[in-house]
Amino acid sequence: MTTLNSKIPKGQLENKWTGYKASQNLVNPPNKRKIDVIIVGTGLAGSSAASSLGAMGFNVKIFCIQDSPRRAHSIAAQGGINAAKNYPNDGDSVYRLFYDTIKGGDYRAREANVYRLAEVSNNIIDQCVAQGVPFAREYGGLLDNRSFGGAQVSRTFYARGQTGQQLLLGAYSALSYEINNGNVQMFTRREMMDVVIVDGKARGIIVRNLITGDIERHSAHAVVLATGGYGNVYFLSTNAMNSNCSAAIQAWRKGAFIANPAYVQIHPTCIPVHGDYQSKLTLMSESLRNDGRIWVPKKKEDAEKIRNKQLKAKDLKEEDRDYFLERRYPAFGNLVPRDVASRAAKERCDAGFGVGNTGLAVFLDFASAINRLGKNVIEERYGNLFQMYEKIVDENPYQNPMMIYPAVHYTMGGIWVDYELMTTIPGLYAAGEANFSDHGANRLGASALMQGLADGYFVLPYTVQNYLSSDIKTGAISTTLPEFDAAEKAVKDRLQGLLSIKGKRSVDSFHKELGKTMWNHVGMGRTKESLEKALVVFKDIRERFHKELLIPGTTEGVNIELEKATRVEDYIDMAELITTDALTRNESCGGHFREESQTEEGEAKRDDANYMYVGAWEYKGTGEMTLHKEDLNYENIEVKSRNYK
Amino acid sequence: MDFTLKIWRQENAKAKGRFETYKISNISSDCSFLEMLDQLNETLVDKIEIPICFDHDCREGICGMCSLYINGRPHGPDDDITTCQLHMRKFKDGDTITIEPWRAKAFPVIKDLMVDRNALDKIIQAGGYVSISTGGVPDANSIPVSKKNSDLAMDAAQCIGCGACVATCKNASAMLFVAAKVSHLALLPQGKVEAKERVLRMVRKMDELGFGNCTNTGACEAECPKSITLTNIARLNREFIFAGILSEDKY
Repeated sequence: MTTLNSKIPKGQLENKWTGYKASQNLVNPPNKRKIDVIIVGTGLAGSSAASSLGAMGFNVKIFCIQDSPRRAHSIAAQGGINAAKNYPNDGDSVYRLFYDTIKGGDYRAREANVYRLAEVSNNIIDQCVAQGVPFAREYGGLLDNRSFGGAQVSRTFYARGQTGQQLLLGAYSALSYEINNGNVQMFTRREMMDVVIVDGKARGIIVRNLITGDIERHSAHAVVLATGGYGNVYFLSTNAMNSNCSAAIQAWRKGAFIANPAYVQIHPTCIPVHGDYQSKLTLMSESLRNDGRIWVPKKKEDAEKIRNKQLKAKDLKEEDRDYFLERRYPAFGNLVPRDVASRAAKERCDAGFGVGNTGLAVFLDFASAINRLGKNVIEERYGNLFQMYEKIVDENPYQNPMMIYPAVHYTMGGIWVDYELMTTIPGLYAAGEANFSDHGANRLGASALMQGLADGYFVLPYTVQNYLSSDIKTGAISTTLPEFDAAEKAVKDRLQGLLSIKGKRSVDSFHKELGKTMWNHVGMGRTKESLEKALVVFKDIRERFHKELLIPGTTEGVNIELEKATRVEDYIDMAELITTDALTRNESCGGHFREESQTEEGEAKRDDANYMYVGAWEYKGTGEMTLHKEDLNYENIEVKSRNYK
Repeated sequence: MDFTLKIWRQENAKAKGRFETYKISNISSDCSFLEMLDQLNETLVDKIEIPICFDHDCREGICGMCSLYINGRPHGPDDDITTCQLHMRKFKDGDTITIEPWRAKAFPVIKDLMVDRNALDKIIQAGGYVSISTGGVPDANSIPVSKKNSDLAMDAAQCIGCGACVATCKNASAMLFVAAKVSHLALLPQGKVEAKERVLRMVRKMDELGFGNCTNTGACEAECPKSITLTNIARLNREFIFAGILSEDKY
């Protein structure tokens, strides 16, 4: 059976990537024109990979589900992108960025991958600036930096509160340039329904045209999945409505492994839930923790008064406030990593000190920053975030402290890939949030943008070329091969099967039920009991989904309920993956908190002796999976318990 | 809150559309406009009717996908927001709300409230970039940019490509959209090198695709969810005239 070979190059850590590049196989320009590459997804990873591979001379086909590649959810990233430029001269280096990322990931990421990420981080900033990305600048005309959680240096480049937007538009402009050059073909409003395997290699995909409803076949010599994370399993998350994990699940069913699915990032600063009708949660950037201070009342009776609107937050005296992050973690204060901040907020709310109507909120207060710096400075730094908050909550955050609560935001787990970002299926790659590779059990702020662009601009162009060097004589892959016939038929049967259930419940009602179970039982605090219970519920949901689902309309033309139905069917598989992985990993690390495994002070307690491995799951039929372990070896970093005190 | 909704329904691009009236009740004032439509769609699905089709994605005002024309205004009755950021508290209990798709020659209706805005991508593909490929670029700090120009470039670069400017313009012109990209790149040294060719190619493509001309009514600026200003159109005109005189690549 498949063995996990991470293909990490030999040699010193700092020479591995250079060595790989020096010895990789190349494809000469005329041969590149004979080779096709499919990329699914147009976020940072997908767009940057497509533009880079297109510019090299490969024939690239890229697909997205929205009406334009610029809509991908990378666009919504707010705070910034990390790089080891050390422009502020505050002691940063490639090693320090590598170290912080490994530590921030709670010693559950691969050293070699993370080092490469830190190494290429500087190239990303150069590339983006050359494209015209308008990063924030100082008066002298040079680039400005700010701090993010989990770091003691300022290494985050930003474009107001819209860094993801500007970076994605940069990648989109590079993509548009290559489309204009004829090197990349763009397919919008297409959803990948299956990956086609020929002679053990990924050779194409089946997509549904979301406008006509047609099932289309596309072939290539290699396929890259840059399809994002699986946060929407929880129904309520900061992900976009169309973000889904179906491409990953299709790949899983065809033999790709899914690694560390239990590592889900719950972001501490989101606008709290306020009603059953709610469709998504909105993030308030981590950058706000540079100037905002997080607190709840010290006394339960004050918290109750605030909840009942008998007392205003701003009228509560300084000595009656508990700045719990500053109290518990004096060294990092409000800038502790996300998992730590989220759990601390949950702990206070569970203990009865929460605020807001539901008691599930804490304050993020800018009063002292406004006093110190003036309202203008705060407005310049975070104006669009404050406006966004006011539009949603109908309260002015310059006058009253914001209310925030943790929400599902990012998924560190994903498709297992080796050093070359190849999955366990030859010729199938996964990039960006879709893979599991660089963030361990917890991702640091401003590192998602870095990883997406590193994979697309600077890693895949080398590793995909290395693989394709053996395909120069293959010739075009025919879409009339029996494997394509079979895959297309399976997709059509699946869609017909869902339509013919003709039950009485909408897709969304199942998705909400699934999401609620995930949040309550597989959320910020997990126990053996809660996880086992969740698995029973998921089985039941799957059964009822196949009996009671109701989809109006047919497979022809636009059918939004049908689109959602296949995604929710796949979420059920993903829910089982997350939960099974969480149950197997009887330790707390990063975003994965098993209540059985904590210190006396309530901090996460790792179990390195038993769990210092990547847990990669193989599909064995509906609801069935087996675990493969990839041991993690730390040769350049001393493994310690993570301490932000 | 209770509402009467008059919604444009159209089966596909070729079908003839019509307004249908729906009633919806017990809507929270904290509910967003799209969440109100979600609830309406749930009731339609329960009755085995075809739900209303509309574009939406991030639901936080940045992806540019949502595109509803509400009571005669793109993105509805609030300023500096997209449809997904509109909340029901902006309406009165009992209101009748009219919901239409973006209407412009260059944006054909696909179904109901969903339109095809591919033309905006085509304009960008004609020249809305710096023509470089990956690698071989100088160190980021070797290209200093004045804070003022960098800020102005960022103001323009915030365009989300939603098309509200086109939808609200009586000429269905894409001038503000094109102006935002031309300005963003013309203000930066990286974009200066091919500024003349860029503006000519983008304007030519805009005209080719059936967008109308600009007559300076300013409706685009008033409805832009990201507050892109008319100053950018002035800059586009300046760049265009300058390029027309100096460039070998004539319009």
